[in-house]
Amino acid sequence: MSLTLLLIQCLNGLQYGTLLFLIAAGLTLVFGVMGFINLAHGVQYMVGAYLVFAFHQLTGSFAAAVVLSLAAALLLGLLLEYFIFRHLYGRDHLSQVLATFGIIIFLNELAKVIFGPGTLTIEPPEFLAGSIQLTEQLRYPVYRFVTILAGLAVAALLYITVTRTRVGMLIRAGATTPEMVSALGVNVKKLFMIVFGVGAMLAGFAGVIAAPIFAIEPGMGDNILIIAFVVIIIGGIGSIRGVFLAALMVGLFDTLGRTLLTEGLELVFPPSFSNQVGPALASMLIYILMAAILVVRPQGLLPAKGAA
Amino acid sequence: MKAEAKTTIAKLAAALITSTALCTAALAEEVKIGMVVTLSGPPAALGQQIVDGFQLALDQNDGKLGGQDVTLIVEDDELKPDVALLKAKSLVERDEVDFVVGTVFSNMLQAIFKPVIQSDTFLISPNAGPSTFAGKNCNPYFFVTSYQNNQNAEVSGMIANEEGFEKVVLMVPNYQAGRDNVAGYKQTFKGTVADEIFTPLGHQDFSSELAQISTSGANALFTFMPGGMGVRLVKQFEAAGLGDSIEFTSVFTTDETTLPGQQDAAVGFLSAGAWAPDMKNDANQAFVSAFEEKYGYVPGSYAAQSYDTANLIASALEKTGGDMSDKDATRAALEAADFTSVRGSFAFSNNHYPVQDFHLLEVAKRDDGKFWTTAKRTVVTDYADSFHAECKM
Repeated sequence: MSLTLLLIQCLNGLQYGTLLFLIAAGLTLVFGVMGFINLAHGVQYMVGAYLVFAFHQLTGSFAAAVVLSLAAALLLGLLLEYFIFRHLYGRDHLSQVLATFGIIIFLNELAKVIFGPGTLTIEPPEFLAGSIQLTEQLRYPVYRFVTILAGLAVAALLYITVTRTRVGMLIRAGATTPEMVSALGVNVKKLFMIVFGVGAMLAGFAGVIAAPIFAIEPGMGDNILIIAFVVIIIGGIGSIRGVFLAALMVGLFDTLGRTLLTEGLELVFPPSFSNQVGPALASMLIYILMAAILVVRPQGLLPAKGAA
Repeated sequence: MKAEAKTTIAKLAAALITSTALCTAALAEEVKIGMVVTLSGPPAALGQQIVDGFQLALDQNDGKLGGQDVTLIVEDDELKPDVALLKAKSLVERDEVDFVVGTVFSNMLQAIFKPVIQSDTFLISPNAGPSTFAGKNCNPYFFVTSYQNNQNAEVSGMIANEEGFEKVVLMVPNYQAGRDNVAGYKQTFKGTVADEIFTPLGHQDFSSELAQISTSGANALFTFMPGGMGVRLVKQFEAAGLGDSIEFTSVFTTDETTLPGQQDAAVGFLSAGAWAPDMKNDANQAFVSAFEEKYGYVPGSYAAQSYDTANLIASALEKTGGDMSDKDATRAALEAADFTSVRGSFAFSNNHYPVQDFHLLEVAKRDDGKFWTTAKRTVVTDYADSFHAECKM
């Protein structure tokens, strides 16, 4: 493998990692701060993608569609919290899993009823549609660079909010001792609602960003949810810094693994064997990574201090 | 009192006997067809095409096939083998259907094959054509109206030879059908295979694979990425600018089920197949325009094969007069394949898989802004699969 190819693959891994970060950030907030298992997080990612498609059809403008989708994703998150999730905070994890799994099935089917079972696509906005010549043959779409920037911006914003602002302080305090914060006159219910809304909006934002790269289809959030859980477990549940580091690690590991592993095996084993084993092993790689990290650091790489 | 009661019972019994007799008479006149296809999850669009194609043939004949009243029972296999098995069993045992039409996917066919065949019910596959039942496990009750799975890839290899692609990268999802396509392609392709890439099924981001392809020095890509995978791959292939230097060839990747998503990005891409909606024969043109008028979308090969399946059953029922008790007569009538296929030439081989022409297909944009595949030229005529010699039928 040439050095250029390796660098390109690192770039691809970085881009995949930032996208994973956007999805996993909301999940880790809700899971870490509220101790709530929200399986519906993946389907909220799908909703974001469908929303941007629908609003783009309505308004004809990508920017307007993004803003409207974020507002709608936030609203949906708040509604879900108010009508369903609020009643589950005190229940055990199994009830939460069952209820949020029901939401997955319902929203997946709803998407199919409204938009049909086929795969939809949306073009990136005109000014981001170009591409940069990387090698003689390969171009890199500008839009993919923008997703990296968007991921980094969200990471910085979240980090500052959680560590430097009053709301962030309350979130951290509410996670450790909700009774005490409540006794001090803070409305913990409202606080959790805000956290949940922001989490839903982050998932929606990830869906919006991903829609022009990956196609939009019912069930698109189901697989990514599993990877998002892997990311937050590696990173340490509830930690923004941890999830950022873990997302980039998983992105790079997965991307490089898929290309390097088969080639690496070919050095030792015959091609037919490495062609059989390589791809299978590559898709297991991130889970092996997770298992290895859990053995060394069961609490994750950068666990949040005092998080539930 | 006693005598009265006796007569009442006698009357009741008589009424029962007559009604049962009437019922069986009614059943004999009506032909029941059960359909097992995938109608949920991302591949639901494929199953829907099969239902729509079959329903169109029924509607065109006032709900009859070959002059017989037909009841169509549609079941969703949910792409789960256990569900498919359950649905097929209930069709055969509870509904006592005369024909089972299914499935979309080969692994679903494997699941329903045994229970349907063992009940001496005819099983006709409108899409899945696994090699498993084409060779020595061929069966007198099993017919395929689509193709044998390997054939499209084999024809793609021939196309690569004719078009002069010397170095080709093969990229497929890492599961049985993917590997079958690689095997089929390598069987006929004479050039060098620069690389073989196996992606996870349902793969999202092809950027690292595309980078690999761009540095492989290949002048063509052969791929099999049905459904959403195909939409993503074509879009990302185009965005990476590989279209200028690398020819995109595929099977089941740029067809009428994925083109509404791929749109302009796929125009000019090549594939191999036995049918295209623009084929010039009268039966096909009538079918495509009737289909588009009724359902509002361009039919794909799934709909065409299903429409052919309905007409095949119609031709058989016409010959037997709807008498389903004589299985041998029905089988002989099916084997004759005495119907006008939208594909032009169509016959069954000894293993009940089709013998048909295969064409080079190219994606084009129509004047009305919709996208479809067009048949550019015929690559091979009366092409039978490579397993039929092992079948002792």
